[in-house]
Amino acid sequence: MSALEVRGLSKAYGGVQAVRDVSFSVDAGEVVALIGPNGAGKTTCFNLLNGQLRPDSGEIALAGRSVVGLRPHQVWRLGVGRTFQVTATFSSMTVRENVQVALLSHHRKLFSLGKPAGRFQVEEADALLARVGMQQQAARPCAVLAYGDLKRVELAVALANRPRLLLMDEPTAGMASDERQALMQLAAALARSERIAVLFTEHDMEVVFNFASRIIVLHGGEVIAAGAPDEVRANPRVREVYLGNA
Amino acid sequence: MSGSAVLLQFLNGLAGASSLFLVAAGLSLIFGVSRIVNFAHGSLYMLGMYLAVSLSGTLGFWLSVPLAAALVAAAGLVIETTLLRRIYKAPELLQLLATFALVLIIRDAALWAWGPEDRLGPRAPGLAGAVAIAGRQFPQYDLLLICLGPAVFIALYLLLSRTRWGTRVRAASQDREMAAALGVNERRLFTAVFALGALLAGFGGASAIPREPASLQIDLAVMSDAFVVVVVGGLGSIPGAFLAALLIGEVKAFCIGLGYSELTLAIEFIVMAVVLVFRPWGLLGRPLAETRGPGTLQPPLPAPSFLLLGGLAVLLAIVPVFAGPYTIVLLTDILVFALFAASLHLLMGPGGMPSFGHAAYFGLGAYTAGLLLLRAHLPMELSLALAPLAAALGALVFGWFCVQLSGVYLAMLTLAFAQIAWSVAFQWDRLTGGSNGLIGVWPAPWLSSKQAYYYLTLVLCLGAVALLWRLIDSPFGYALRAGRDSPLRAAAIGIDVRAQQWAAFGIAGLFAGVAGALYAFSKGSISPETLSVPRSVDGLVMVLLGGVQTLSGPLWGAALFTWLEDSLSRGVEYWRAAIGAVILVLVIAFPRGIFK
Amino acid sequence: MSCKVLIYCLFIAVSSDAFGQGQSIKIGELNSYKVFPAFLEPYRKGWQLALEEINRSGGVLGRQVEVVSRDDGGTPGDAVRVAEELISREKADVLMGTFASNVGLAVANLANQRKILFLAAEPLTDKIVWENGNRYTFRLRPSTYMQVAMLVPEAARLNKKRWAIVIPNYEYGQSAAASFRKLLTWAQPGVEFVAEQAPPLGRIDAGAVVQALLEARPEAIFSALFAVDLQKFVREGSTRGLFKSAAVVNLLGGEPEYLDPLKDETPEGWWVTGYPWREINTPEHRKFRDAYQKRWNDYPRLGSVVGYCALYAVANGIRKAGSLEADKLIAALEGLQMETPFGGILWRPLDHQSTMGAYVGQLAKQGGQGVMINWHYADGAKHQPSDQEVRALRKE
Ligand SMILES: Nc1ncnc2c1ncn2[C@@H]1O[C@H](COP(=O)(O)OP(=O)(O)O)[C@@H](O)[C@H]1O
Ligand SMILES: [Mg+2]
Repeated sequence: MSALEVRGLSKAYGGVQAVRDVSFSVDAGEVVALIGPNGAGKTTCFNLLNGQLRPDSGEIALAGRSVVGLRPHQVWRLGVGRTFQVTATFSSMTVRENVQVALLSHHRKLFSLGKPAGRFQVEEADALLARVGMQQQAARPCAVLAYGDLKRVELAVALANRPRLLLMDEPTAGMASDERQALMQLAAALARSERIAVLFTEHDMEVVFNFASRIIVLHGGEVIAAGAPDEVRANPRVREVYLGNA
Repeated sequence: MSGSAVLLQFLNGLAGASSLFLVAAGLSLIFGVSRIVNFAHGSLYMLGMYLAVSLSGTLGFWLSVPLAAALVAAAGLVIETTLLRRIYKAPELLQLLATFALVLIIRDAALWAWGPEDRLGPRAPGLAGAVAIAGRQFPQYDLLLICLGPAVFIALYLLLSRTRWGTRVRAASQDREMAAALGVNERRLFTAVFALGALLAGFGGASAIPREPASLQIDLAVMSDAFVVVVVGGLGSIPGAFLAALLIGEVKAFCIGLGYSELTLAIEFIVMAVVLVFRPWGLLGRPLAETRGPGTLQPPLPAPSFLLLGGLAVLLAIVPVFAGPYTIVLLTDILVFALFAASLHLLMGPGGMPSFGHAAYFGLGAYTAGLLLLRAHLPMELSLALAPLAAALGALVFGWFCVQLSGVYLAMLTLAFAQIAWSVAFQWDRLTGGSNGLIGVWPAPWLSSKQAYYYLTLVLCLGAVALLWRLIDSPFGYALRAGRDSPLRAAAIGIDVRAQQWAAFGIAGLFAGVAGALYAFSKGSISPETLSVPRSVDGLVMVLLGGVQTLSGPLWGAALFTWLEDSLSRGVEYWRAAIGAVILVLVIAFPRGIFK
Repeated sequence: MSCKVLIYCLFIAVSSDAFGQGQSIKIGELNSYKVFPAFLEPYRKGWQLALEEINRSGGVLGRQVEVVSRDDGGTPGDAVRVAEELISREKADVLMGTFASNVGLAVANLANQRKILFLAAEPLTDKIVWENGNRYTFRLRPSTYMQVAMLVPEAARLNKKRWAIVIPNYEYGQSAAASFRKLLTWAQPGVEFVAEQAPPLGRIDAGAVVQALLEARPEAIFSALFAVDLQKFVREGSTRGLFKSAAVVNLLGGEPEYLDPLKDETPEGWWVTGYPWREINTPEHRKFRDAYQKRWNDYPRLGSVVGYCALYAVANGIRKAGSLEADKLIAALEGLQMETPFGGILWRPLDHQSTMGAYVGQLAKQGGQGVMINWHYADGAKHQPSDQEVRALRKE
């Protein structure tokens, strides 16, 4: 059974058909890239997957369990972590506190009135930050971080839940080239060692071809090609609509 | 009702709707473009009335109306350029505080300029009489009013849709950043829109004088009517405001026509609550264009300083040793309001939910305490202990609906619920004592000395504040704050933001209820004023004055505001204006709250 | 920073508590001057005039009288705090004032708790001397019940069968309506009440209300509207022809505070309670009116008389008691007879209500101004329920 199975997913905003009849699957331990030009429907896809949007039609299953109609916080409890294209962190908190909140949620302590949140699982939080290379900045307020660092914090936050599926929307935007490689290296290693299914979008083709074991190409909301990197690279339709523009 | 009675009441409703629309349209325009919730809009209307009444003495009615409107527009221009312009960058709620200060100042200015007496304007020459409609006499001027609303609506519609300026206004109200990127000169646009809004308010006021005397109380009444219309219609939507004005005008007229005039006490708030529950963005409104990015930038919240609180407690505990009895009375009030403000702060600060109706829970606590004591004959101590639970329950019921919304809509729904609670207390004479309230709510004998009651208040209020601070620092508080900082991110890590907010409502209600019950026993009586809008506004002012982004700010804000009111009202003739001026100075000097 | 501010606040609060105490008799006065300025400015001038007269003639018990006047903020909660300040910091010997009924009741309740004499000057509510009456509270003005009772004979004389009622929606209006129904049904068995409208105070939608009343086809209307509501009602009612078909009896409608703004729109023929200050030419009123006009260069309103009499009542009470002790003051005030511009009044020992009356008459226009004609003075002593009823209400 695949970690993620998507069948016939469609979503329209008013007149704009953002996602049309999309089907694909991602297996545990697999790193899959979802690519396509701007406006292709990638972010919309992610928002459908984690419950932020409700599909007009189609089916989404996590390890065989349907998640259509669940709200994002419920989808997360089923083991889906995500990062956002435009980073979303808690700007009134420090980097460590951001991770701690995610850990609190993981341990179902969100309604606890007990000991201060800042003292909750400090080591675990720092360990997660260490993984993404942010341990030095743990005590800094999130509001002052560079964009690339925010992306890293988001990754650490997403990992706090020991996700089965990791959705990363343009995880390396705003990073220098070597940082990109390092971050994706980490994601790929995690996928392998912890058997996490990783689905990511990316504009940097070098990153895509280096790390994706499979690539799904969206255009105008439709899947126009899917398969191993080499197949996709060779696909004439893809070359025409996408790589041709790149 | 006979057919002609229905027709006549329908026409009455239309006339009422027209006047409502004139004020509401300006408010909606201003909010749409500059996101300023202009509390002073009713004051501009009042200014229009007074000016028109004075001018009509020399110029005649017909000339006085446009002139008064123009003068109010000029006043709007001055307000925008000298005051509002300085604080567009400040947090939204602070702008609200500034416009509230304007309300105080304009009212006292009107008192100074025109004296305390109501001023009945002239009838409109040429339209002073009545025409026969369906065998009834209907005022000619009301017919003109009925046409005026749609005429202004069409003029605004053409202005916004057919002119380049209108396109810019629409662009700015849909997407501020985009408009700025497209080179719309924000400053000039904001000024012009504010002046236009003021013009409409002034025109609304001036054109109302044949039907309504100019009086100093009209400002807040009109303001709340206009708010309701704007919110029911959908913020920033002129057609929505038009529709809502029609709806509310007609509902009111038919309440009276059918013999349910008591209902008009709160009918518009009932309409608003119903509309918002079913249409969270009003009749024709759209979800507010969020500022770019999935979260707003929030400054860090400092850790609670229990040392400070402890020091404060010690200091306050020794005050009675050397201070006179009145100091103790005043400090008791300050402590109660400090807790009230701190409980509101939980919602406004970490919760990110501006509540305009927090007095509802304060009042619920006060009334429950009084009712348990007087009607159920429970001991005072037990009444005091149980009252906050009723307040929490009320907050949970109201909060359940409120957390489905956000921003100004949420604020207005809290206001609507508070108004409904107020009108129930006001109307339910048998239970609540109606407008007079409950008399004889005194503490138990061992607490009846001012000192004893002061110590009780001190312990309970500072204890409650400590609990609140602790709670804000707890996992619950962080999860709540997470939902405010970035609802998207919060949901994506398993936080059910609404559940968190709902619980916060209950807790804030509980503590407001403690404050309310303490207040009741310290005064010996309670009246509907404890859950009225001014009480809610006082709470808002205290929190904003002290600073939303701090923990101790609300305490200082409450102390400062209560003390200012107490000392200014004793020595200063125009003390309301003086408070307004102090607030303005503070807002401009410390845009993030004074104690930051 | 915040600590410093706190300490500063405390310092001020504490230091201002240490005010010294003079030899004068201190009367703590509180009223909602900023909320109801139109009615309370004349009231203030009234007691100021009385104060000057009293002190000019040597004060009371050989001491000067001092009035410490405060704005009570217009809400019961604030008013109680202000009263506390007057009692504990200013060491007032007597409290006096208040306008709105809820504020009056709250202060009366505090006076009872703190065992200090309170002379409620303006509040109209029946409850302040009946249901919620207490030993320490006395009230000067004729109550809602009394003023209704004064109007009922005129209403009955109109001999109309179908009555409509319009009142502001709060306790004053409600109890006026209840008293009117009860008393008129007594006086004129078989009357019908065909409609009742209770618009919110100060927010009447006059057009719709007048229309709704018209639909009920009443022969007469009892109204308890005043101020802005009255002005709007009069204008809409005359435009829509309501008063052509229905006679009107309006509580308080002849008080200059409410009558004067109507000017040339004053509806003629209405029966009202009020104060025809121009035409009352008894020696005691003429003396008051002349003194008031001389002092303030303005004519007296009803509030002026109330303020004037209230301070005199306090002074006379102290004089009679020969002491400032609350118990002695109460004993002195109970049964105290005194002269006022309206003639002699008595402070009823039964319920601490004064027997000050009101003038009942009809509205008319003279030179573009509203005036009262056909008026007579209705003595407050004669418009009371039986002592038995009052005792039952006071639960004593
Ligand atoms: N909230 C929205 N309302 C209307 N249209 C939207 C919205 N979000 C995205 N779209 C449209 O849906 C399409 C897909 O957008 P998106 O999923 O963001 O693409 P990508 O992430 O691939 O760049 C685009 O045409 C975009 O304009
Ligand atoms: Mg995208």
